[in-house]
Amino acid sequence: MTVAAPNTTGDQHGARAHSDGGWGATGGRPVPVQTRSERFASNDVSAFPEVTGLEAEWKLTPLDRIRSLLGGSPDGTPYEITSTGGVIEWIDRSDERIGVAGTAEERAAANAWSTFEKALSITAADEVVTVERSSLGTGDRAAHVVVTAKAGTSGTVILRSTGQARLTENVEIIVEDGANLTFVSLQEWTDDSVHLASQFARVGRDAFLKHIVVTLGGGVVRVNPSAHLVSEGGDVELYGLYYADAHQHLEQRVYVNHVAAHTRSRVTYKGALQGEGARTVWVGDVLIGAGATGTDTYEQNRNLVLTEGTRADSIPNLEIETGDIVGAGHASATGRFDDEQLFYLQARGIPEHEARRLVVHGFLTEIVQKIGQPELEQRLHAAIEAELARGAA
Amino acid sequence: MSVLEIKDLKVSIDTDQGTKQILKGVDLTIREGEIHAIMGPNGSGKSTLAYSIAGHPRYNVEGGSVLLDGEEVLEMSVDERARAGLFLAMQYPVEIPGVTVSNFLRTAKTAIDGEAPALRSWIGEVRDSMSSLRMDSTFAERNVNEGFSGGEKKRHEILQLELLKPRFAILDETDSGLDVDALKIVSEGVNRVKDKTGLGILLITHYTRILRYIRPDFVHVFVDGRVAEEGGPELAERLEDEGYDRYLTGASA
Repeated sequence: MTVAAPNTTGDQHGARAHSDGGWGATGGRPVPVQTRSERFASNDVSAFPEVTGLEAEWKLTPLDRIRSLLGGSPDGTPYEITSTGGVIEWIDRSDERIGVAGTAEERAAANAWSTFEKALSITAADEVVTVERSSLGTGDRAAHVVVTAKAGTSGTVILRSTGQARLTENVEIIVEDGANLTFVSLQEWTDDSVHLASQFARVGRDAFLKHIVVTLGGGVVRVNPSAHLVSEGGDVELYGLYYADAHQHLEQRVYVNHVAAHTRSRVTYKGALQGEGARTVWVGDVLIGAGATGTDTYEQNRNLVLTEGTRADSIPNLEIETGDIVGAGHASATGRFDDEQLFYLQARGIPEHEARRLVVHGFLTEIVQKIGQPELEQRLHAAIEAELARGAA
Repeated sequence: MSVLEIKDLKVSIDTDQGTKQILKGVDLTIREGEIHAIMGPNGSGKSTLAYSIAGHPRYNVEGGSVLLDGEEVLEMSVDERARAGLFLAMQYPVEIPGVTVSNFLRTAKTAIDGEAPALRSWIGEVRDSMSSLRMDSTFAERNVNEGFSGGEKKRHEILQLELLKPRFAILDETDSGLDVDALKIVSEGVNRVKDKTGLGILLITHYTRILRYIRPDFVHVFVDGRVAEEGGPELAERLEDEGYDRYLTGASA
């Protein structure tokens, strides 16, 4: 959590309900201990009760700003896209690729699943595929995307979203055996947009997925990636970069599910917060299943707080059902701008604003560098620059 | 000729127990080309002097002045002090994740000079300086101080000293954490820069070891926030034999 209040009351350390766990406080009902993989899942919106805001899943999300996407009838028809490379097609709900990688675990995702009419299918093989969508409009929308990396191929898929939107969607990422896929989900929506996304990846035998979520624009953006390592030798790296300005709510709930033996995962999410009401949430769940011997996992979240009036939640959860593993760890840190870094740079003649710029860029660049597409990397550096300029104004 | 004058400098810090007086009136004058060693026991205020001159916000200046060629340094911001020609080689250089050494050096050089250095000659200069400090060329692409060994950090400080060409440098315990080989390399670097640019040096150290490699013109013994004794290089030799006990009797010892 963000704030560690000093223990002034003199009670025993730890003898207090964790702010995220809750010892039966939620709605007066005790919350049963639940393995992450046993969470209720259904693609039928009516299978989920109305969202009250007390659910662990939703309690950190501003429901008043997203409410309509939790039900109703969003427009699920195809939308305009522009793309380069790959095989791009709109496929029917009955297509066998749909439902391969995951099942909705909350109401917004189930609502999208219940109401989309056609799914956008992106198949990449040994190339860089870019898909952009920028005209989703002001009405509620539901969407479904399926990204497929064919067995033994190596490719990159960049899904970039700009303009205005009120969107709930599911993205399925199928990484077949021996495939190597880099998937970049880039959110640069307008500041009045709402985007709720569940991204499910199913990673095959000896396959590798590099999954990168970059969120710079949007009013409420909630991207929840999950990676299911269902075959031996599966390897995932999940990266995230977010920059929340005043009144932006950027949330990501990451879940890595180690099912098969000898799988590896690395999760690194980094965020910057600046301006009154800038809000970020990161939840990182890792489950090492009973059969996932030889698992090697590490997840971390770092937040850089640039101004007063922000809030960052950071909640890593690690669940281990077998002790026969290579390694498992997690780390989380949320800190202010480091005055010692500032002093060091200024002591070399670098003016304060320039020093801040260097430090913030430096902090976020670790993620940008993972993309491996120089053009996109440069554009992101410029976008971060613009965010910084906004903060200085 | 440039001169750095420290006059009756009084500095305090805020602690949980209240304000604590650290410097209790320091007088020191350093001229271009001179090397002044400041020696003293732990807690005597040596590092406080260094950081106060550089302008670290933790230190409250209660009185006195620091003049660089007659200009009041204490009224300048940290970066203004550096641009005016002061340099602090830090005892514990800070990590700056994601910022490469080469980017950092170029940014600092541009800030100090007021214009970007000519690319080709700059690259050559950096390369030469790095090789004389026995730094591998891959060093330039590493992030500032990240994962550096103690010796690498200190070499990196001296690399900056050589490239930024200040008029006065304060070396804060540059010898700490160095093995003999690294100490020699770092000392050679300091001497080379001094020969080339004629800068004045305030060398802060706890031990006399580094003074075998960097010969001071003056030695000041610092005790309890003041200069307790001053002399030539022979004073350092005496400290080598006797330690600081002589100054501490009756004081804080």
